[in-house]
Amino acid sequence: MEPVITIEHLYKRFGEHVVLQDFSMTVDKDENVVVLGRSGVGKSVLIKCIIGLLRADKGKIVVLGEDIESLDHDQMDKMRARVAFLFQSNALYDSMTVRKNLEFPLRRHWIDRTREEIDALVKEALSNVGLADTIDMMPEELSGGMKKRIALARTLILRPEIILYDEPTTGLDPVTGKEISNLIMEIQKKYHTSSIIISHDMHCVRRTAGRIVLLMDGRNYCSGTYEELNKSDDPAVKQFFE
Amino acid sequence: MLQIKNIYGRIAMTTLKGWPEYSHPDNLTMIRDSVDTGQPKGVCFGLLLLHIIRYMAIPVKMRQFFEMTGELSKFTGRLFVEGVKPRWEFAELLRQCYMIGNKSLGLIGLTGFIMGLVLTMQLRPSLVEYGVESQLPAMVGIAIVREIGPVITALIFAGKIGSSIGAELGSMKVTEQIDAMEVSGTNPFKYLVVSRVVASTLMLPVLVVLSDGISLIGAYIGVNIRSVTSFHLFFRQVLDNLAFGDVLPAFIKTFLFGFAVGIIGCYKGYYSSKGTEGVGRAANSAVVISSIMIFIIDLIVVQVTDIMGVN
Repeated sequence: MEPVITIEHLYKRFGEHVVLQDFSMTVDKDENVVVLGRSGVGKSVLIKCIIGLLRADKGKIVVLGEDIESLDHDQMDKMRARVAFLFQSNALYDSMTVRKNLEFPLRRHWIDRTREEIDALVKEALSNVGLADTIDMMPEELSGGMKKRIALARTLILRPEIILYDEPTTGLDPVTGKEISNLIMEIQKKYHTSSIIISHDMHCVRRTAGRIVLLMDGRNYCSGTYEELNKSDDPAVKQFFE
Repeated sequence: MLQIKNIYGRIAMTTLKGWPEYSHPDNLTMIRDSVDTGQPKGVCFGLLLLHIIRYMAIPVKMRQFFEMTGELSKFTGRLFVEGVKPRWEFAELLRQCYMIGNKSLGLIGLTGFIMGLVLTMQLRPSLVEYGVESQLPAMVGIAIVREIGPVITALIFAGKIGSSIGAELGSMKVTEQIDAMEVSGTNPFKYLVVSRVVASTLMLPVLVVLSDGISLIGAYIGVNIRSVTSFHLFFRQVLDNLAFGDVLPAFIKTFLFGFAVGIIGCYKGYYSSKGTEGVGRAANSAVVISSIMIFIIDLIVVQVTDIMGVN
């Protein structure tokens, strides 16, 4: 199967602190890959390099057939419309209503759509996450779980081919975390998206992972399905599954 | 080791060889990014000079000043590039004009009124001493329109709008809202920065005109505290003594003041460091730097208009 994301020999450091060194991985179409690793190991840095928020020191990242290092501003914006990013903090625009949060990317990418079409897309995205009645609310009026769902609806609004999830269940109670994990799977089935999910919540990992990549010391330490890694005798791997 | 193909890049690398920072990967990446990606030769020489300056034994504060000046110049350059490229954010521009203009009106009006009143009351004793009390409206009018009105209004504007832009963008940066716009490919620079800078550039001149008018009303009341002068006579004296050379430079510099407040507030907020402390620092330094810039611009405009004979 053709990979939608290819990362080859990626290096990233901040001053003296080496985060990624010689990291490589691929993500195939319709595949959910969970990147597992301890806090501060560089998981978020990795997906920020993929979306171009951070620039790698060395290495190659190809997303949907395009080498992101070679893209100019406009090309990068077009590519980003095909790749969505769910922030750990949700990053909802706090000066806008839920409707405006969802309309914001739509009005800038799909400029030929009518107001009615945009309205219908917003309502559909909200229905997908089960929060149609929050359309005119402000982000501050929403609970943590609702904010996460709205952020998820916003990532879906442009019908992305790839979704990058940065710790989607962190800070949520176990029940809401489970709901978000289920929602990720529903979205994947409905829209056939490929995903990279950064997480160390093992419930979320088990529910969502098609394949797991273990990030350790800046490298792709090992990869495999949940069951494969769960059976591993390597102490470095076992500590995550105990 | 990164490969530097460009000859100017190689000169930069060779020059850096004598410094311990030579092997630092940040330097190599910076050279690679700027030199090996087809930048003009001038930029490469500039980079070489920057590296020499960066690692020479110059005070840290001075180095930071040069670095900030360079970054701010790049930021301003991007503003002009993004500002002329469609799609324009007219709705956001209008919203910002309302927020920046309308919401500042009360404060600007109040301070303008007090400024006119106090200035008149302070000037009167000196003019009485020299027996030219009748020139009070003319003197106050010229002082307000040429200098005090634009500068004081711009300083108040910097305090209110510069800090608010710095804090707003700073908190958006800290809460990853700017990154969220960036990753959705919606060009936050155009939406957040261009609209705010254009709005502050357009709104400050309007506020200064209103402030000048209100100041003159304050001055009229100030004149009438100790003597009786009709409204018509007061304004006739003010307007008769104002020339084109008084109004035009004062009006032009208000656009520059507005631009400076907008761009510095946006720059400080857009690149504020992480954390709430960073937001506070962004708001504070936006006001401080804007205020200094207002005086520097004022000095330059006065000198230029003087040389051109407009004064």
